[in-house]
Amino acid sequence: MHQLLNTLYVTTPEAYVRLDHDTLRVEVEGETKLQVPLHHLGALVCFGNVLLSPAVLHRCADDGRSVVLLDRNGRFKARIEGPVSGNVLLRKAQHAAVADSNRTLTIARNIVAGKVQNVRQIVLRAARETDDPQDSAQLTDTAQALANTLKLVETAADLDQLRGFEGEAARRHFATFSYMVREERTVFQLNGRSRRPPRDPINALLSFLYVLLLGDCVAAAEGVGLDPQIGFLHALRPGRPALGLDLMEELRSVIAERLALTLINRRQVTPKHFVERPGGAVSLNDDGRKEVIIAYQKRKQEEITHPVLEQKMPVGLIPHVQARLLARVLRGDLESYLPFLAR
Amino acid sequence: MQVLVTYDVATEKDDGKKRLRKVAQVCKNFGQRVQKSVFECLVDQGQYEQLLRALVKCIDEKEDTLRVYRLREPKEQFCRHFGVKPSMNFQDPLVI
Repeated sequence: MHQLLNTLYVTTPEAYVRLDHDTLRVEVEGETKLQVPLHHLGALVCFGNVLLSPAVLHRCADDGRSVVLLDRNGRFKARIEGPVSGNVLLRKAQHAAVADSNRTLTIARNIVAGKVQNVRQIVLRAARETDDPQDSAQLTDTAQALANTLKLVETAADLDQLRGFEGEAARRHFATFSYMVREERTVFQLNGRSRRPPRDPINALLSFLYVLLLGDCVAAAEGVGLDPQIGFLHALRPGRPALGLDLMEELRSVIAERLALTLINRRQVTPKHFVERPGGAVSLNDDGRKEVIIAYQKRKQEEITHPVLEQKMPVGLIPHVQARLLARVLRGDLESYLPFLAR
Repeated sequence: MQVLVTYDVATEKDDGKKRLRKVAQVCKNFGQRVQKSVFECLVDQGQYEQLLRALVKCIDEKEDTLRVYRLREPKEQFCRHFGVKPSMNFQDPLVI
């Protein structure tokens, strides 16, 4: 198992990232702000107007370190990857599995089951922790509905039906998401999920966290030599990292949503961290983004026990472990895909 | 593992100055400067061997000294810092 490498996030506009021997140096207005040895870094993520020297790009491509470009609001723009490597036989097995509708359904079903189960866990936990009996009742209702969906998931006859159950679970979950918020409820009110653009602060916060998490899931798929665009639950579309989205599905609630709630409920993220743009789009401002990135990176370092492997590991390694489990299923070493289930 | 690299390079002659620069650069490639000729590096076993090899290659064993210590971990517990320029932890979130 490899060590969890750090990710360098460059959010300062006009920052210049250059290669200095085996280190990266970040300069802002000619002044060195940070110098990091390359061996600590697994990825480089740049927000908006950040300059990268050609030497940095070449070196990262050589070492297989991914470089991700996002716009100022954290929307994905591009990813720079070196030559395709990894295991061609594994990728062939992946293509064969996706062409086999039975195998696709089995894998997708386990992913959805994992997702619904994990969502149910955070809902139940919030229901236990709240002092308000009305909130608790609403959340318990949702948990019950999710339990029912979980039973239906097993009976799904095809992918469309399965996606329908998944959508239904997500809709139920987001309908009562606001009941899990304890601070600033008037501002942090979620009226259904909205994206492209997000139309309220919670949606903006969730979208931003999902972008960070998706980047890690795509990197995990690539890390074990899988093709991140060939997914099972998510339909194939040009440029869409369907497998990254698949891997992310069961981790959305465990990593992103729980973190969003913690940040709000501990008042680490407050209404002043958001800006509303003309047209009703809401996004995090510079301070808000930094706060969230730091919290996300810290969350990735927390230790958690993987229920299947019964081994302690940092949260940030979970996507990598899950990608490895999936690779084993595709190779035929493992009967069925085991999603990550939070306790 | 956390290692501490310290060195004295004889710089009376020009080639000494060159060696000094080279040693400092190798240290920077693996870690961070905490004092003038003192670096802290967080490396795995393989990188540790690479670091040692690169350092020994730079110095002149007849004139210079090089000492590499393995630090006791967790570092926060066994290393105290006073004064300016505290070191940074490359494992912490890196956001600029």
